[in-house]
Amino acid sequence: MANQNWEAVIGLEIHAQLETESKIFSPDSAHFGGGDNEHVHPISLGMPGTLPIPNARAIEIGVKIGVALGCEINRRSIFARKNYFYPDLAKGYQISQFDEPLCRNGELAFFVGEQLHRVKIVRAHLEEDAGKSTHLGDATLINYNRAGVPLLEIVSGPDMRSAAEAAEYARMMRRVLRYLGACDGNLEEGSMRCDCNVSVRPRGQKELGTKVELKNLNSFRFIEKAIEYEIQRQIDTIETGGTISQETRLYDSTKNRTISMRSKEEAHDYRYFPDPDLLPVEVSQQQVSRLAGELPELPFARQRRLTEEYGLPFIDAHNLTEEIELADFFEEVARQSNNPRSAASWIMVELIRELNDSKKSISASPVSARHLAELVRLIDEGSISGKMAKTVFQEMWSSGSAPREIVQRQGLVQLTDEGAIGAIVDKIIGENAGQVAEYQSGKEKVFGFFVGQIMKATKGQANPEIVNRLLRERLKK
Amino acid sequence: MEFAELSTAVTAVRAKKISAAELAQEYLARARERGAEIGAFISLNDKAVDKARQIDHLIAKGQDPGPLAGACLGIKDLLCTDGLRTTAGSRMLEKFVPPYSATVVARLESAGAVTIGKTNLDEFAMGSSNEQSAFGPCRNPWDSTRVAGGSSGGSAAAVAAELVMAAIGTDTGGSIRQPAAFCGVVGVKPTYGRVSRYGIIAFASSLDQAGPMTKSVRDSALLLEVICGQDALDTTSSAQNVPRFVQQLKPQTRGLKVGLLKEYLSGGVDAAITKALERATAELRSRGAEIVEVSVPLTAMAVPIYYLVATSEASSNLSRYDGVRYGSRADFAEKPPEDLAEFYSRSRGQGFGPEVKRRIMLGTYALSSGYYDAYFRKACQVRRLLHDQFVAAFQSCDVILGPVTPTTAFKIGANIKDPLQMYLSDIFTTATNLAGLPGMSVPAGFDDQGLPVGLQVMAGHFQEQTMLNVGAALEEIFGQSGSPGRG
Repeated sequence: MANQNWEAVIGLEIHAQLETESKIFSPDSAHFGGGDNEHVHPISLGMPGTLPIPNARAIEIGVKIGVALGCEINRRSIFARKNYFYPDLAKGYQISQFDEPLCRNGELAFFVGEQLHRVKIVRAHLEEDAGKSTHLGDATLINYNRAGVPLLEIVSGPDMRSAAEAAEYARMMRRVLRYLGACDGNLEEGSMRCDCNVSVRPRGQKELGTKVELKNLNSFRFIEKAIEYEIQRQIDTIETGGTISQETRLYDSTKNRTISMRSKEEAHDYRYFPDPDLLPVEVSQQQVSRLAGELPELPFARQRRLTEEYGLPFIDAHNLTEEIELADFFEEVARQSNNPRSAASWIMVELIRELNDSKKSISASPVSARHLAELVRLIDEGSISGKMAKTVFQEMWSSGSAPREIVQRQGLVQLTDEGAIGAIVDKIIGENAGQVAEYQSGKEKVFGFFVGQIMKATKGQANPEIVNRLLRERLKK
Repeated sequence: MEFAELSTAVTAVRAKKISAAELAQEYLARARERGAEIGAFISLNDKAVDKARQIDHLIAKGQDPGPLAGACLGIKDLLCTDGLRTTAGSRMLEKFVPPYSATVVARLESAGAVTIGKTNLDEFAMGSSNEQSAFGPCRNPWDSTRVAGGSSGGSAAAVAAELVMAAIGTDTGGSIRQPAAFCGVVGVKPTYGRVSRYGIIAFASSLDQAGPMTKSVRDSALLLEVICGQDALDTTSSAQNVPRFVQQLKPQTRGLKVGLLKEYLSGGVDAAITKALERATAELRSRGAEIVEVSVPLTAMAVPIYYLVATSEASSNLSRYDGVRYGSRADFAEKPPEDLAEFYSRSRGQGFGPEVKRRIMLGTYALSSGYYDAYFRKACQVRRLLHDQFVAAFQSCDVILGPVTPTTAFKIGANIKDPLQMYLSDIFTTATNLAGLPGMSVPAGFDDQGLPVGLQVMAGHFQEQTMLNVGAALEEIFGQSGSPGRG
């Protein structure tokens, strides 16, 4: 980690695969999966004479992300060719954008702990993905299904100062992309990829140190750990008299370290030039305004609103805004139950645990927002106890039934009749003279024994508050 | 069999006076025999007669076989043909059989045309003599010691020798017009964007354009009607309306302003060509055209700009030929490559010929960091100015008349050792490509050695009709050049 002598400077390049049906320049499927080399139209393979046909939907999603990040949208941006040789790059060049990208000058706001951070988005540009190479000994297998899948490369400013900040930036970017339905943000499958530029400099120095690019970071935890490792490596290198060379390093998660992949001397001269096969991308003011009007409430704003409107603690609001569907779910339960805190707690403790255990998304939850709200109301009305509610919830999860129905079916109505409870209390006290004496001699612990006995006798249906009150009163005598 | 003119043959087929299958058989036989002598073809289409029978079948059933019914065509081997080998004149694609057809080919075939064969060309269309073909040169049918021109040499020679009724060529810097002039046929390069580039193996994307090579101006008009027009598969193709070129074709020049480009009249041109130009000027004037002098000073820079832009784009366009997915890969059985770089350099080193390598190196250099501004960017800027100067020149004239080439067809081997001299044979043709303008070569008699002379007509953007009408007038003045041995 950086220390009082050194400051780390971090910038991220995030590649987001855009959720389109077809590829950015060809009609074959852009979806993940499929048999090897099944989504390979002649255009994706760069066959002789084929020409790229821009996917209007990909451009629109790019603009939408740009608008969500507060970027200026270029009315006229240019597709350029980035020339380099690699077997999984079918044409020997990648169609990308260079000096005239789709979006510029935006910002992403997010929290680290409870502290607000703002990071500048320098640019975001459209490009096509390459195929995937798998090296097996002497052989290399190439799958071109991914070749031509639309990407938006989002480049941050060198604004971040810690690994945790970079990881939070990436997490918030993922949230934004998922809110927009623009990218599924799956780091493991590579539909969202983060390259981190890391350098260190003596605290107070203005010039940037030599930067190292980290790749192969397929989880947020790895982003954080890799940057942490890299910062320390750079500090150690410099402090022991070494110098940092500009290079690309891969993160090895099993050994938690970074390994040199390619040095600057081997870096490419990409010979960018405007692609003569493609016209400039024109985006009208009307299109930008329309897309701006269609934006959902974004995660950062929603988190703030949940805190203010429902009085939720910071962390609850943060967790509940992870997914747009989750936040929607919460707000529905909160509104219908009139108890936002309890709604938040039920969702975050019980529901999310079940969802995670069964690997289900909130939209596939067998417990609907309406049913959960009803459950909260049943507790608040005093019809069932919190403990009973947990049993009811289990039944709701496994059967999908309404809580009121379950309560009736299982006879789970709470016993609140003071006379009835009082009789049982008296009976238990009468049967356990020894424990009564212990309690009255100061052994307060025995109180729990009495509660247990009463609950057992009432099959757990007695209202615990009443039980506690009556028991305390009568044991005093 | 005398069906040299495409329009005549199509009319006869449609009227059932002759069957498309008979025609296809006849032309296929000619292409096989005489074609082999001059090297006009790289591949012949075994399925040509079958395709022709389908046309006959349609006619027998009383269905419309299309405006090109039974037309026997040569297709430059740069245009992809579904199921028929397409080599680009290169070892690299010696065994490449595309699973799709170029839009131009698809449109011609659905109009009833029959592909007889794939015509010879300079490798990847890079050359001005057809000597750069990996499959041997194409000889000029008027004098087999001379070049047919390039890069569409096979198409020009096949039409001149009547091995096909007409052919399709492509023109990046003169590759239709120069061989058309050398072989005495009509060759039209349309406005950039008129004709879809889909399925045409790219040389320089911002310059390439396919067009017809025919015996008559009318035949070119007929083919243009079929191949022009917007194509969803090529976003640079234009939405401009395509006129009824044939219907509106008339050798009429009364009231037209014919420009003579000052910069193209400054000498260095064969006497026979100058004489033809003078005769054309006089005759057009006597037919009521007004002759005006115009100037486009930057045409002087056209060849250097062209060789920067074209090679830069080519260096990138040809990167895909790496031996990984298709095309030839070096034989690594004996000595496997040490690394990826060797894999590439051996496959590309063996697959490409010397002119292609030269241009890839030139283009790579012009795009390199540190040279980009001085070469590529500067060339693009001057190109824009050249375009603007042409647009201005066409404010004061309807067409520009001039030479196509400085000389008539040269001897095989004469320029092969001197690339710069070879490049200068494009001196009058590259400017139209850079400016995106249409241009055509029209036969204008012969020099004293009996070699065809061509004249060039250029017009403003999308003004092909005017250009064709002036071409038709020149055709009246000079007559068609006929065929060697037929006169």
